Amino acid sequence: MADPIHQFQIVNLFPVAKVGDTQIMFTNSAAFMVAAVTVISIFLIAGSASRSLVPGRLQSMVELSYEFVANAIRSTAGSDGMRFFPFVFSLFMFVLTVNLLGLIPYTFTVTSHIIVTVTLAMSVFLTVLVYGFYKNGLHFFNLFVPKGIPIYILPLIVVIEVISFLSRPISHSVRLFANMLAGHITLKVFAGFVTLLGSAGAVGIAGAVLPLGLVVAITALELLVAFLQAYVFAILTCIYLNDAIHPGH
Amino acid sequence: MATSTHTEVPSEHGKGVFPPFDPTTFPSQLVWLILTFAILYALMAKVALPRIGGIIEDRHKRVADDVAAAGKLKAESEAAVAAYEKALAEARARAQVIAAETRDKQAAEAETSRKTLEDQLNIKLADAEKTIAATKQKAMAEVRGIATDAAKAIVERLTGKAPADAAVSSAVDTALKS
Repeated sequence: MADPIHQFQIVNLFPVAKVGDTQIMFTNSAAFMVAAVTVISIFLIAGSASRSLVPGRLQSMVELSYEFVANAIRSTAGSDGMRFFPFVFSLFMFVLTVNLLGLIPYTFTVTSHIIVTVTLAMSVFLTVLVYGFYKNGLHFFNLFVPKGIPIYILPLIVVIEVISFLSRPISHSVRLFANMLAGHITLKVFAGFVTLLGSAGAVGIAGAVLPLGLVVAITALELLVAFLQAYVFAILTCIYLNDAIHPGH
Repeated sequence: MATSTHTEVPSEHGKGVFPPFDPTTFPSQLVWLILTFAILYALMAKVALPRIGGIIEDRHKRVADDVAAAGKLKAESEAAVAAYEKALAEARARAQVIAAETRDKQAAEAETSRKTLEDQLNIKLADAEKTIAATKQKAMAEVRGIATDAAKAIVERLTGKAPADAAVSSAVDTALKS
């Protein structure tokens, strides 16, 4: 049976640069990041090239993705949040495209590596911190002091708020990483059953129908998860950015 | 592709380490993620999103303009209809006035001509009545003479002698009175 972990292996394709003792490589992960950026850019730039008043199919999809993210920001962070529109849109499209590319057989899923999701989540976290202090100064600390709380439990609440704020990048990144990792392992394991049973004669082939059906079903589920996790990532980004824009609620 | 290349460089990373937690792969992934994401962000912020936003904005503006133009045309056509109806109502009122005036004038004329005709007829009637009365009086006077002569003749024939004129006249008068 094939190793279900093997699909997450980073493969060095060619070296790019050497920083200190660290060799920077162009890896399969990097290749899929480049592919994702290329796909997104071609999709958006080709889709908006005709600038039709009445959009065609491709332009409709482009406008749909634009309006989708724009509405998500407006509904969670208000119209002030639109200054972060390019950031949230890039995050959403990047995560979505990378997730979907990873579902194609024999491809690599960039978001199944914790370093990628942590970096994306930290970029959100740092944006919230930097913009929060830049916009609100020390009033940003109001975020940790909810209004209308009795004074004797306030210290406890503040501690809880600070911990929950600091743990945001962890939950933000692990949610995406774990979903993609677990989904791909599940797919691989069930697909492994199909080949294992298929090599065990006629009875085995008959028995392989069940895991094959499951693989099909899980693939459909993973398509949903790929979209949903990208959406969740973008929505949480909006909610966190909303704290930076309106820390007093 | 991944499988074949992997076998070429198998000992590159820590062995037996779960690949997503292999720290030796982190620097390369980090560099490429930052690089590709920065390019993506720049493309989105500078090229794609302003363009798509512009398309959507243009469409909203165009639709709003068209709706405004349609509203203006509608208002104009309503004004034209109102003006037409006003002109129609005025014309109708004027026509009624003219008709009423004409009717009154004709009625007045008819009344005058009827009156003159009536007056003329009355005059003629009065003349005729006067003539009749005169004729009647004349006839009555003649009747008395005839009656006196007739009575005188009848008495003469019956008695063979002429009666006195005065007696005959008084007898005739008595007979005429009764």
